[in-house]
Amino acid sequence: MIPRLELRNICKSYPGVVANDDISLSIMPGEIHAVLGENGAGKSTLMKIIYGAAQADSGEIYCDGRLIAAHDPASSRALGIEMVYQHFALFESVTVVENIALSLPGRFDLDALAAQITDLSQRYGMPIDPRRRVHDLSVGERQRVEIVRCLLRSPKLLILDEPTSVLTPQAVVKLFETLRQLAAEGCSIVYISHKLDEVQELCDSATVLRNGRVTGTAKPKQTTSLELARMMVGSQLPEMHVSPAMPGETPVLEVRGLTAAPRDRYGVALEGVSFAVHGGEIVGLAGISGNGQAELVALLSGERTHADPDAIRIGGKPSAHLGAGQRRRLGMAFVPEERLGRGAVPPHALWQNAVLTGHRTGIVRNGLVDRGKAAAFAKGVIDRFKVKANGPQASAQSLSGGNLQKFIVGREIALAPKLFLVSQPTWGVDVGAAAFIRQTLVDLSRAGAAVLVVSEELDELFEICDRLLVICQGKVSPPLIRRQTNREEVGLLMTNRASGTKGKDLALQD
Amino acid sequence: MDLFVAIFAGTVIAATPLIFAALGELVVEKSGVLNLGVEGMMLMGAAFAFWAVIAGLPMPVAILAGGLAGAAASLLFGVLALTFLTNQYAAGLALAIFGSGVSAFLGRNFGSAPIDALKRIQVPVLSDIPVIGPMVFRFDPMVYFAIACFLVITWFLYRTKAGLILRTVGESPETAHAIGFPVIRIRYLAVLFGGLMAGLGGAYLSVAYTPLWVENMTAGKGWIALALVVFATWRPLRVLLGAWLFGGMTILQLQGQALGIAVPSELLSALPYLATIAVLVIISQNRQMLAQHFPASLAKPFRPAS
Amino acid sequence: MMRVAAPVIAVVLTLAVGSALFAALGYDPLATLHAFFVAPLSSVNGLSEWLLKASPLILIACGLAVGFRANVWNIGAEGQLIAGAIAACGVGLFYPNPESPMLLALMVLAGALAGMAWAAIPAFLRARMNTNEILVTLMLTYVATLLLSWLVHGPWRDPAGFNYPQTALLPAAAMFEPFDYAYRLNPSIFLTVVAVFLMWLFADRSFMGYKMSVSGAAPLAARYAGFRESSAVWIGLLAGGAAAGIAGMAEVAGPLGQLSPQISPGYGFAAIIVAFLGRLNAFGIVLGGLLMSLLFLGGEAIQMNLGLPSALTRIFQGILLFFLLATDFFIFYRLRRLPEHA
Repeated sequence: MIPRLELRNICKSYPGVVANDDISLSIMPGEIHAVLGENGAGKSTLMKIIYGAAQADSGEIYCDGRLIAAHDPASSRALGIEMVYQHFALFESVTVVENIALSLPGRFDLDALAAQITDLSQRYGMPIDPRRRVHDLSVGERQRVEIVRCLLRSPKLLILDEPTSVLTPQAVVKLFETLRQLAAEGCSIVYISHKLDEVQELCDSATVLRNGRVTGTAKPKQTTSLELARMMVGSQLPEMHVSPAMPGETPVLEVRGLTAAPRDRYGVALEGVSFAVHGGEIVGLAGISGNGQAELVALLSGERTHADPDAIRIGGKPSAHLGAGQRRRLGMAFVPEERLGRGAVPPHALWQNAVLTGHRTGIVRNGLVDRGKAAAFAKGVIDRFKVKANGPQASAQSLSGGNLQKFIVGREIALAPKLFLVSQPTWGVDVGAAAFIRQTLVDLSRAGAAVLVVSEELDELFEICDRLLVICQGKVSPPLIRRQTNREEVGLLMTNRASGTKGKDLALQD
Repeated sequence: MDLFVAIFAGTVIAATPLIFAALGELVVEKSGVLNLGVEGMMLMGAAFAFWAVIAGLPMPVAILAGGLAGAAASLLFGVLALTFLTNQYAAGLALAIFGSGVSAFLGRNFGSAPIDALKRIQVPVLSDIPVIGPMVFRFDPMVYFAIACFLVITWFLYRTKAGLILRTVGESPETAHAIGFPVIRIRYLAVLFGGLMAGLGGAYLSVAYTPLWVENMTAGKGWIALALVVFATWRPLRVLLGAWLFGGMTILQLQGQALGIAVPSELLSALPYLATIAVLVIISQNRQMLAQHFPASLAKPFRPAS
Repeated sequence: MMRVAAPVIAVVLTLAVGSALFAALGYDPLATLHAFFVAPLSSVNGLSEWLLKASPLILIACGLAVGFRANVWNIGAEGQLIAGAIAACGVGLFYPNPESPMLLALMVLAGALAGMAWAAIPAFLRARMNTNEILVTLMLTYVATLLLSWLVHGPWRDPAGFNYPQTALLPAAAMFEPFDYAYRLNPSIFLTVVAVFLMWLFADRSFMGYKMSVSGAAPLAARYAGFRESSAVWIGLLAGGAAAGIAGMAEVAGPLGQLSPQISPGYGFAAIIVAFLGRLNAFGIVLGGLLMSLLFLGGEAIQMNLGLPSALTRIFQGILLFFLLATDFFIFYRLRRLPEHA
């Protein structure tokens, strides 16, 4: 039998990084094939090459036995290759049907297309309303739009890039049913993931990548998690040391009945958010992205202020009306999820980026910046957090995502905060650095600081947090003790259907 | 009554150059590009059209020459902003300065004599209807053409696939590129179209509205057109209404001067500029309205990732 | 290194296009370039005029660059210059004691305050009312021009001036005394020297300047760090307004000696290009200002000597800015392409 897709010796490098090094794999019709690997292993690059969104430096791609010469997304689609991106390629300001019409050839007939969308989405058990604007849709619904868009073209090969990272555990079940139905109809599926359990449940075969190279192939259903994990991260699995929490008596951060309007028309309103974080503990905020995290974080950090000072107290002091600078004076430090452009100024050198929040540590005197001190501060952070950079003169944008994250985390921790807010601490960071950052957070809290971690990675939260909060549609759940809860309970709270209904009904919904 | 008819007709004519320039800029901005050089492109259009008339070319050719001059000027901006990814504010300013220089250079030998203006159409029968006739059926063809442009642009933006693509390129060029649209080419076309329209607006000023050559004769109309696009919150119908509002302002101000109102003429002349500031302030208060049709990628350089 | 290279390449390319243009117009390119760029500087008077014209350009560009660094787009310096000139001239004409030794200082103050007041309007509208400062500063330039026109045609017209639209001449105590009465260069140039130093100190060394550069390069990072956007807007616009106002004062108390409808040959607009030529850096601005001043002088020289239109100056300005922006691209994007990560 001829493979649907075959890659031979694909190589691709970017300046300073070899993203794909001699990768070969083959996928049969109707096969669900996993590409497994940690963040930064080269999965996304490989998928872009298959889809034609990036060109390999060398190597060959065959589709149904025919060599594909230079190609682009349009020619891939002509061959029946479709891709569902991790960050969806949807336009917020236009409707579902308009979005889909954009990528279809032929006549521009929105009414006929809308009917077709309704029909197809029902058949695969993921109903969507074609006339709604995308910005009104939940993340799960947007993913449906993406998948329906691909299905409308009757693909022979469907690529999904980390499709479950935005879904609740219940919605994942639903997605897998759809994918199995598709595979049964003969469509091949490339499933990119770093989650072992999902791959074991869904996929027929797997190719494992590490540092851009193939480190193994496997039949996931017949392979143990440990073996797969070894292939993914190499022999040294990082170990965490989480000692028991010793929370202080009075909260360092206290939020009481915080209600706020959405930040823009795509945002979410916060309703009566209340919780507290004590010194000596790590509290995690779980939730699917786009449920009010951005609003809550901006209000906590002081990037947005609130009219009622008492809605947020820091160290007992009413603070909701204070700006970011004033809150930092109260001992707050903050690592935002966007590194370039928010946590750091891209064209500025690291010493200048040290001044950004480190200016209170004696770097500024008489209104002038002491460049020597700023450089020393930056050097200290680089050394202590093993940031790979050409010293304090290197620009922020010259660092890799993981190294810049280490620099920002290091800079904020060097301020010896009493309250530490951190959003998505390990996004796009390699395994070693992620473990190091997590350990740093644990150590910081055990030294007495109050730490609030906002993350979409449940595994991460379960690993380091003492208590968990769940945010859904702008409301925050009561705290859960980590040792007394489980992923299912949190998953239900993430869709706000924790009480009253049965799990089976849930699975059919979002 | 006669005064009212005169003011109405004057308003429609005074608004015409603004309609051209602002509709063109609307399309440019809808694609996510901010070209501040409208003033320069209008001046280029005005100078080249006037030149063509003096050189004895037929009027339609002269007006087209003005449009093409604006388009050619916009190409300079396009190369800088789209290929060289420069700061769009700076590139637009450079174009504004350059266009004013080139037009003044060309215009040095134009003299100060007026030319035969673009002829008005007298629609048979209809133009003789009292009141309605002079208000609707006695304009020059460019006035009707401007309104036709409005209709076509509205249809294009909201009823065609190409218009949808243009809008989505303006919202997120990254996504549009990922889907496979030629973002840069689309933006070039939009910029050229904007230049053509600004050139037509300038041509209308020099060969139909005034019709004589004065250095820097646009007197800020290009900048007012930019303000109109903001004022219109990026919607074509509001551009049209806004242009009429400003046309009306200009005419009232001229009427006021003609009637010898006891206010210095300079103060009356300042009214359109002050009014522009006023409407900008008013519209800026409604952030929601501004955001609703705002092209989210406006003025952000885009480079397709390889 | 590369930061210096871009303006130099841009100048060379502009000269090349200029030569081609002259050749196309039927003039000998070398002779014309000589007449444009060299002849004006080959006399003491030429040098004096060179510095005299460079001074307001550099002064204004320094003020504007403070705002540009923070992405505050004040393009109405021409209007702020006019406002400053009007206020300074008003003080000079109507101060009760026309021989007061304090008069010049008061005029500098009046010019600065008037320029700042004119710039405070867009600052207030942007900071508090969310209104685009580009369009407002520009509209106010037209308004300032009309205001000046009204004053010199109306209330401030010199009764003894044969009905010319101009004010009376300023008293001697309200004028900068030239270094040498044979030439027009006067001590107001020291105001520019001070401005350059202050600009360097502010932009390169001060914490406030640092905060403004963060606002310009990454507004979200400024908000993250707790730097207020509104202070960047205020400082950016007021710095430009003050500089332009003082430049207007120096014009009226220097070479002009009175107000007339045309008091600036476009210094306010040209200073925008100077600021970019100088890479928003104090010392770069000095070089940029000297070059731009030469363009003005050359434009006048070829108009007088060769009968070529002075509009060429504006064409050169535009071309120079085009090339500068284009060369920036080659230098910044080709050599330091952002690393991409998979």
